Amino acid sequence: MPLVIGIGLIIKSEPLLKESSFASLLFSSDWRPMSGHFGMLTFIVSSVWVTILSLLIAGPICLLAAIHLTQYAKSYVLKIMHPVIDILAGIPSVIYGVWGILLIVPFVSQHLAPFFGKQSSGYCLLSGAIVLAIMIIPFILNILIEVFKSIPDELSEASLSLGATKWQTIKLVLIKKAFPGIISAFGLGVSRAFGETIAVLMVTGNVTKMPTGTFQSGYPLPALIANNYGEMLSIPMYDSALMLAALVLFVIVLLFNGLSRIAIMQVEKNI
Amino acid sequence: MREFRFIEEKIFRVLMFLSTAIIALALLLIVASILFKGIPAMSWEMLSQTPKGGFYFGKEGGILNAIIGSAYLSIGASVLAFSIGLPVALYMNVHMVKRKKMLNTIRFFLDLLWGVPSIVYGAFGFGVMIFFGFKTSLLAGIITVTIFIIPIMVRGMDEVLKTVPRGLLEASYSLGSTKSETAYRVFFKQSFAGIVTAFLLSFGRAIGDAASVLFTTGYTDSIPTSLMQPTATLPLSIFFQLSSPIEEVRTRAYASAVVLTLFILFISILSRYTTKRYQKNKIQF
Amino acid sequence: MEEKAKIRVRDLNLYIGRQHILKNVNVDIPKNKITVILGPSGCGKTTLLKSMNRLTDLYPEVKVSGNIFIGEEDILNTTSEITAIRKRMGLLSQRPYPLPMSIFNNIAFGLRISGRTKKRILDARVEHYLRQANLWEEVQYRLKDPASALSIGQQQRLCLARGLSVDPEIILADEPTSALDPLSSDVIEKKFVDLKENYTVVLVTHILRQARRIADNVIFMYMGEVIEQGTAEEVFNNPKEERTKQYLKGTFN
Repeated sequence: MPLVIGIGLIIKSEPLLKESSFASLLFSSDWRPMSGHFGMLTFIVSSVWVTILSLLIAGPICLLAAIHLTQYAKSYVLKIMHPVIDILAGIPSVIYGVWGILLIVPFVSQHLAPFFGKQSSGYCLLSGAIVLAIMIIPFILNILIEVFKSIPDELSEASLSLGATKWQTIKLVLIKKAFPGIISAFGLGVSRAFGETIAVLMVTGNVTKMPTGTFQSGYPLPALIANNYGEMLSIPMYDSALMLAALVLFVIVLLFNGLSRIAIMQVEKNI
Repeated sequence: MREFRFIEEKIFRVLMFLSTAIIALALLLIVASILFKGIPAMSWEMLSQTPKGGFYFGKEGGILNAIIGSAYLSIGASVLAFSIGLPVALYMNVHMVKRKKMLNTIRFFLDLLWGVPSIVYGAFGFGVMIFFGFKTSLLAGIITVTIFIIPIMVRGMDEVLKTVPRGLLEASYSLGSTKSETAYRVFFKQSFAGIVTAFLLSFGRAIGDAASVLFTTGYTDSIPTSLMQPTATLPLSIFFQLSSPIEEVRTRAYASAVVLTLFILFISILSRYTTKRYQKNKIQF
Repeated sequence: MEEKAKIRVRDLNLYIGRQHILKNVNVDIPKNKITVILGPSGCGKTTLLKSMNRLTDLYPEVKVSGNIFIGEEDILNTTSEITAIRKRMGLLSQRPYPLPMSIFNNIAFGLRISGRTKKRILDARVEHYLRQANLWEEVQYRLKDPASALSIGQQQRLCLARGLSVDPEIILADEPTSALDPLSSDVIEKKFVDLKENYTVVLVTHILRQARRIADNVIFMYMGEVIEQGTAEEVFNNPKEERTKQYLKGTFN
């Protein structure tokens, strides 16, 4: 049953792109639908940029928080954080978008950008990355907590009885042991960030230009699809192009998801 | 050399604490800022009226169309997903328990589907719509969202059903019930809380997601009276209001956001409450 | 003339949350002998063992009172660094827990932590300890392999070598052979007998036969209390307490 759904999705997206699907489309940055040019590089670059940025922000925070919660903090702290994480995970992306516009955009344009000596309207890749980061934190954090919890206490005991301090134990032993789990958690976070549509759309600026700096506007792939669905049918081949975009998105996300999950299964085997 | 070790540890401990704090803080910030901006703009008419003529230009009206539209859509989709999902989950855990490999493959695929961004579902739904010649409508939206939440629903219930130990199953068989009876009676009671939670969670996702309904459900100012009409949804309503150049309309967007947020918070609390309450009836192993 | 025991536990009381796990424990662990802590499951013997190198610190709701003297130092009320104390003891757990690194690095870990990082020294020391654990022959050509590639028996010997690498005075072993096949168990047991010449060994086990084979001294525990302690001769052949007698007969559990 689920196999059918999976395959179905692939098939359905495909026929609409067979007409215009060429590898050159992916790598050209020439996007002028009116004249039949559908180069998607700009959007792909934006997506990649914003995703990597958000991982750079969210990754360390999640890792540090997971270690703190599982190794150092008292147990009631973890109990309080669980609902916090769940609620964060449940907040719809529009709300994140609204919050992004409310707080993050002005913050970036009034405080962060000048700090680095740049001008920005606030509607830029960085804002998108910050909002995305908070969005993916619950996912990554939950997995990381699971991973760290699954490491047997005796391993820490062994390390400590060799004279290592708690911190050395964490740094040299635990993280190594958790490494595959950490990678897959990040992988899942990446795929979530890559596919996020609305929140990112609201704060990234949506300008069809190759972004050259974090403080500039970008136009990630999902936003492209969302913004232009209206004109899809009126311009020839536009719908195919957007479907291709959707397919690209689908494949990339699927890939990351699949690989990350396989990695997690490996981790589980080793327990 | 030794001092360095300890300084390093201290630094990291502070960082770690900060990280945890940041996360908690983020939640507070989000909720607080939305409430802060949105509550002043709330009014009874917002909730009880559909947009009148100049709504998008700052005149009267409310978001009733979106509230009801979202309600129809989410309830429809959730119920549909539930009716498909529960049997699937039950089937997986009762009839297929032996075939581990198959089970794991199915779970794997479900997880994959779970991770697919909603906009892909939206595009997919749109493609199907065109293929069948539908126009944007409530029905298309319900179907798309249903497909979107089925993985969430099934996996959620599966997680709970998984934890029912085999001993319970065997006890039930030995008392003479068939496989189906076992499924319904035993599993249900034991996992009730979990099933409800899965349902609520999926419902929450359904109502909050914009990308999947963007193409498929359209938008309209009126309350839909048939399945084939375009329907307004809360997330889109917020989105469109926010894009308006008029200050007043934007403020109302915040108010709409408050409605959505409060609702989601309510669902979260409800599911926690259900879990707690029905834990008592569960047999602890 | 009695030589002062290596480890002296006085009035040790340990609580986990509200549970009173160790009750007024008073034991003496003599130097250079194998002392076995015996008792049915759940009697607190592992907890007692772990409190000796303060691994119990790891568990959050633990409250301890009393004194534990290692030589002259009371490790429960000391101002010294806990890591220094721990290095005086090597730990061997029930199941082998190799560190997630190569065989070489497992042994080298403790050495590196104490600051000895010169390659020549490391190479020599690693070989020395592997030989002591009767493992050198089997792994000398694959020192760079991950430790997880070894069999369980080999891993346990690896952990033994690792425990020895920090030059402890005392070896704490928590049911070290319960996960092993008879052959590997045999190797480890024989090793302990060899080791007692230079180290003090404290062994927790629930295998009565093992205790009879190698114990010099026995401590019998039940429900957190020390019921009886003495030389193996005394306890096995002339148990004073009723419960000890029952346990030895096997009418316990």
